[in-house]
Amino acid sequence: MPSNAPSPHHTGDDRLLEIRDLKIEGQTDGIWQPIIHGIDLDLNRGEILGLIGESGAGKSTVGLAAMGYVKPGMRFTGGSVNFDGRDLLSMPDKDQRRYRGKRIAYVAQSGQASFNPGYRLIEQTVEAALVHSVLPRDQAIARAIDLYGKLSLPEPEIIGFRYPHQVSGGQLQRAMTAMAMECQPDLIVFDEPTTALDVTTQVNVLASIRDIVQEFNTAAIYITHDLAVVAQLADRIKVLRYGREVEDAETQRMLSDPQEDYTKSLWAVRNITRTERSSDDIQLSVKNVSASYGKTVKVLKDIDIDIPKGRTVAVVGESGSGKSTLARSIIGLLPPDNGEVLFQGDALPPSIGARSKDLLRRIQLIYQSPDTALNPRQSVGEAIGRPLEFYLGLKGRAREARVAELLNLIELDESFAYRLPGELSGGQKQRICIARALAANPDLIICDEVTSALDQIVQEEILNLLIRLQEELGITYVFITHDIAVVRAIADEVIVMQMGKVVEKGSRSAVLDNPQSPYTQLLLSAVPKMDPGWLDQVLAERSK
Amino acid sequence: MRTAASVPVTAWIGFVVIAIYLFAAIFAPLLAPYGEAELVGRPFQPWGDEFRLGTDQLGRDLLSRLIYGARNTIGIAALTTMLSFFIGVSLGLLAVVRGGLFDHILSRASDVLMSIPQLIFALLLLSAFGATAVNLILILAIIDSTRVFRLARATAISVVAMDYYEAARIRGEGVVWMMRREILPNILPPLIAEVGLRFCFVFLAISGLSFLGVGIQPPTADWGSMVRESATLISYGNIMPLLPAAAIAILTIAVNFVADWFLNQTSGLRDAK
Repeated sequence: MPSNAPSPHHTGDDRLLEIRDLKIEGQTDGIWQPIIHGIDLDLNRGEILGLIGESGAGKSTVGLAAMGYVKPGMRFTGGSVNFDGRDLLSMPDKDQRRYRGKRIAYVAQSGQASFNPGYRLIEQTVEAALVHSVLPRDQAIARAIDLYGKLSLPEPEIIGFRYPHQVSGGQLQRAMTAMAMECQPDLIVFDEPTTALDVTTQVNVLASIRDIVQEFNTAAIYITHDLAVVAQLADRIKVLRYGREVEDAETQRMLSDPQEDYTKSLWAVRNITRTERSSDDIQLSVKNVSASYGKTVKVLKDIDIDIPKGRTVAVVGESGSGKSTLARSIIGLLPPDNGEVLFQGDALPPSIGARSKDLLRRIQLIYQSPDTALNPRQSVGEAIGRPLEFYLGLKGRAREARVAELLNLIELDESFAYRLPGELSGGQKQRICIARALAANPDLIICDEVTSALDQIVQEEILNLLIRLQEELGITYVFITHDIAVVRAIADEVIVMQMGKVVEKGSRSAVLDNPQSPYTQLLLSAVPKMDPGWLDQVLAERSK
Repeated sequence: MRTAASVPVTAWIGFVVIAIYLFAAIFAPLLAPYGEAELVGRPFQPWGDEFRLGTDQLGRDLLSRLIYGARNTIGIAALTTMLSFFIGVSLGLLAVVRGGLFDHILSRASDVLMSIPQLIFALLLLSAFGATAVNLILILAIIDSTRVFRLARATAISVVAMDYYEAARIRGEGVVWMMRREILPNILPPLIAEVGLRFCFVFLAISGLSFLGVGIQPPTADWGSMVRESATLISYGNIMPLLPAAAIAILTIAVNFVADWFLNQTSGLRDAK
């Protein structure tokens, strides 16, 4: 049994990895620019170090550097990576290769992208052991099966003989951990291994990883942007930003007493609180809607919900629950098979083609990924200006003035109108998408996972912006998300979906604090809490 | 940033050669010592001060005909390429935006046209409709547009999968806006690279058809028919047919140099090193 809190289970100066003053440069448009500005990192045998920071902080680069590796287009420019007494950076590639896979292993973010779809899992699991002549083939397979069992994969004797597409994402992630453990390495680098998974799956993978790393006394570097996740595993946490270290401390201390402002701000989303409001004035109601892709796959089953005016309704569920499909049905991209959608009391024509321009104007959609939601060849001014011209007939000066007004509204400078999306950060792009939706003067905005692709701090800014806009303009939001923290922050009402059905609906406090359906309870219990003992609690409760 | 220094030597050679050809084509009447169809000497006069590259089988100055040939051959090839791109890109984008049955019909029609060997099909149609310059341009443009259609459709499909395209659909935009403002700017780089390549093929096709006698008609000078008229001389050790042939070859290579460079730039092949 794992101990209740991840205590340092190493002894003394049993140093495995020592990185000193690591400097790495990356090439953009032919110019070398520093990415990592001198980072120190120490790791003892059996210790787990959490490496956290927002995207672009250099977490993955440091993680790979611990293996003496940089991605193409990057280079080491200084420092040393001492692994078990030898500097990986100064040894030739041939020698480095003897370490990789055998004594240092890597677990990537996406199992789907990292497994070769053409080979069975077991072939890929034992490959490193065979290449490094660690074990003969039959023993390697026996160990792989043993590891599958330890990682609680179903039917460990059989599952290895499946192909990657025949198992789920969570199972792939565990198979990849098995692959990394096969040679019983001294160090494993986990690069966001649970980020692509649903929360309920994440719990199992986290538990598996923690148990097996403890059992073999393997040291690990665990890279993630989620503090709550890393709190469950790490003995020590190192926070990175812009390629520099911000803070490094024992997990307990980091959580209870962060020193730096930046570290404190990583809790940001959890700090938004908003009083719950109710309303009887219905803006949109979905009546017994069913929808399907093709003729066979039913994605929505008899959905029946009401969206109150000027309020925020969060639609929650895991991937595949049909929440995005519901948005597509409301917006008119996927006409329902039966049932109807009433907007301000009148039935909405089922498809976009049948809706009037004015009706289209009233319902706007904001996408999850601002990178693909903005045409890379249209300037910000064109992107925001088009709905103004298209719906409201604004031209020339009037249009320019309104674009400037909207840019101010989303807290950006007017000069942004002349920029192209490629010159903006993710958060700025999402602001532009919000401005584009606002340009139409909508009554209802459907936000489809609008904060999922953004960093914690940027998430908070975007959520605050949306809250402010709702207060000023009285817009209704349908907020599709899988992130319970976001729901807590902004929702008035919550709808929980599972496999195309609504399993629970009600006010935020009712659903989150006193969930009735077993699925909602499971979903809520699976959300990592900023408490190192959380994972143990959840596992203990489940085993009851 | 793309600076002049980062452009490879081959692309520079290509640019210079194309510039020389365009100069010759535009200022042909000023550069050529004699008229295009003017009989100025005896047939097959050797190279000399009076006729730099000698005269052809009728006694016309070969240098003058080469220069005028640039104008005719390149002009017709350029017109044909533009027309084929206009047809191909419009229909390709329309097929993607409309989708469904419309896309199917257009795609199958283009498959049918593509299944017939290009040169033979052009030969057949030109014999049927008469070998005029207008017919030549129209027929080659339509046959060639099937290839452009394929490319435009394939690249546009990846744009249609993007959220910003869907966003424009939700906004209620019309077909023309979708094609011109949402898709076209995003597929322009591969299309421009393709213009270079297709220009070469059209150019070769025109020269080939002229060589076969159904292309640009005499006495208009053009490189393909110039090769044909003097082709037999090659057996007597005379290099005269090689000159227009070389003119064709050099331009094709130059255009390809530039197109290759552009393709590398836009497809990001350069970064893969």
